[in-house]
Amino acid sequence: MKRRFTSMRASLAVVGHLLRKEFLQIFRNRGMLPIIFIMPFIQLVILSNAATFDVPQVRFHLQDFDRSALSDRLVKRFTSTGYFKMTGESFRQKSGIDALVAGKSEMVLVIPEDFEQEMMTGGHARIQLLIDAEDGFTAGVIRGYANEIVASFNRDLPELLPQLAGTQSVLPVIDIRSRGWYNPELIYTDYMVPGVLVVLVTLIGLFLSGMNVVREKEIGTIDQINVTPIRRWQFITGKLVPFWIIGLSELTVGLVIARLGFHVPMLGSYGVIYLVAAIYLLVVLGMGLLISTVTESQQQAMFIAWFFMVIFTLLSGLFTPIESMPHWAQNLTLFNPVRHFVDIMRRVMLKGAGIGDITTPLFMLAVQAIILLSFAVNRYRKVSV
Amino acid sequence: MKQAVVAEGLSKSFGAVEALKAASFSVSGAELFGLIGADGAGKTTLFRILATLLLPDSGKATLLDLDTVAGYRQIRTRIGYMPGRFSLYQDLSVEENLNFFATVFGATVEENYELIRDIYAQLEPFRKRRAGQLSGGMKQKLALSCALVHRPELLLLDEPTTGVDAVSRQEFWQMLRRLKSQGITILVSTPYMDEASLCDRVAFMQDGRILAIDTPQGITKLFTKPLFAVRASDKHRLIIELRSFEHTRSAYAFGSSVHYTDRRSDAAPEELAAWLRSRGFGDATVERIAPGIEDTFMALMENGAAQSRKEEAGDG
Repeated sequence: MKRRFTSMRASLAVVGHLLRKEFLQIFRNRGMLPIIFIMPFIQLVILSNAATFDVPQVRFHLQDFDRSALSDRLVKRFTSTGYFKMTGESFRQKSGIDALVAGKSEMVLVIPEDFEQEMMTGGHARIQLLIDAEDGFTAGVIRGYANEIVASFNRDLPELLPQLAGTQSVLPVIDIRSRGWYNPELIYTDYMVPGVLVVLVTLIGLFLSGMNVVREKEIGTIDQINVTPIRRWQFITGKLVPFWIIGLSELTVGLVIARLGFHVPMLGSYGVIYLVAAIYLLVVLGMGLLISTVTESQQQAMFIAWFFMVIFTLLSGLFTPIESMPHWAQNLTLFNPVRHFVDIMRRVMLKGAGIGDITTPLFMLAVQAIILLSFAVNRYRKVSV
Repeated sequence: MKQAVVAEGLSKSFGAVEALKAASFSVSGAELFGLIGADGAGKTTLFRILATLLLPDSGKATLLDLDTVAGYRQIRTRIGYMPGRFSLYQDLSVEENLNFFATVFGATVEENYELIRDIYAQLEPFRKRRAGQLSGGMKQKLALSCALVHRPELLLLDEPTTGVDAVSRQEFWQMLRRLKSQGITILVSTPYMDEASLCDRVAFMQDGRILAIDTPQGITKLFTKPLFAVRASDKHRLIIELRSFEHTRSAYAFGSSVHYTDRRSDAAPEELAAWLRSRGFGDATVERIAPGIEDTFMALMENGAAQSRKEEAGDG
């Protein structure tokens, strides 16, 4: 018993020496230090502020063929919201299209002749909105804004045209007022920061671990390591732990920036986030080590890591909602660790989800961690055939 | 333990390239054994198999009575291996490298300092310097220190003196002799033929084969044909002329003279001198000499090449 204990202590001591060596190397690498500790946070600040779906101002081109008091009212409705800014006016259909093509406006508002007349006599009239749908998402947002303005104009029509009150048979009786929960003011940074933070932690973890073992192969030090009595698990542990610690520190600094810099709410517990992050980093590092053991050069490892990073990010639900992906892609995202951690981060921070609410994604992450790590340990050989 | 290394019929191919062809040899305890051969002779492949880093296709090897395949784990704690390429951490300092390699073997620099003192003493002034910034000779000394720091019984040194200046090379061999005197068995490879005479025994390798194994003195006995040292003022023209002589077997520059071997076993120096004078070398001198180890290797290499050619012709 005592002998087993001392031999265990000896083998843990070897892991300790490996860790010491890794940290010495990491902190000595002047090129890498800023990449590890400064770049991610610059990215966090830039991306979180830039990656917003808000369309702050829509420039529109007006073609008012009616030029009546009512059409003027409608135009005022648009301009007075602050969302819409009139950038031109014309009376030839082609000029409106030209404004769209030239990128001078995102929308053309066409009010046909007899707009007021038809409204007075028939009780309904049409207007046309030409929206530049080159970017489908922005177009959707513009249509949403415009519809809302037209709808409110409709509601107020009886006041504007008292003579219409009697003739209008159906008046809108349901007044829809929506209110967003968990992020009532629809602040996009609240939504983006937790997600971007996950991507950055992933990026650092995957690349650092992915480049590491293959680097030792490239410069030949792996030969010297392989002839030592260092065991496989000791070597892999020595490689994992430093990046695991760095990953968790990055997350910590990121959370501080999120709370103090972006005022992202934190309704859940930090304990849950760190527990998930601890498991999540094992997935990422396992994957990085696997890439590192199956490649022969840092260049190869870099390309493979990028390949997965791009797929993981695009299929994570960070920028595009998973619900709007095709069915097969939605199924694919179940194997995407980034998706689960983004999901968990948002739920814990914005909705205050507890451990019981996130058991499914947490379970998926744990399974992935076990599979990837066992693969990585298995693929690393100290003898070549 | 009488034999520190026993290799029997080791073969290894990489795709279509046969890097090692049934190599067999043995090294006794506390022997300084040299593997001599040009680049691509298969020395590194042989070393990697012995160092338990590579599995042979066929054949087997035992180190310190342990099989390289079955007993690799015990072997690794008892040997020191220095790869041909500098394989220490360039971003760690001299001291950090040495400490690291001591500790992963469960040893400390202090307890084995005695063994490496001679070598490490020269590195001491640079102990804070990063390994990557050392000169070639210093790098080799550090690599040797790291391979020795856990007090191995057997040292495998793959081309330790390649790319090192002449003075450092000489120092390096002195260190090896001192280590040998402390009972450490050393297997060392080198592409420099002049280093062969510094070994107890040498094996000559070419194209994956071991062509001869003997002591440096013994190996020269393999050289049976008469050898002449020829001197004349225009050495370059002398070699060209000698190669056109009908009885010439080989003629190559060797220091200030040209070493000439004849096809006939009873050739006389006077005959050659007369012929040279008739070709306009008025000052030519010819003198019969005893073959050195390098002459033997040159002859072995030619024989080996001729044999390979014959085999290829036979295959076709």
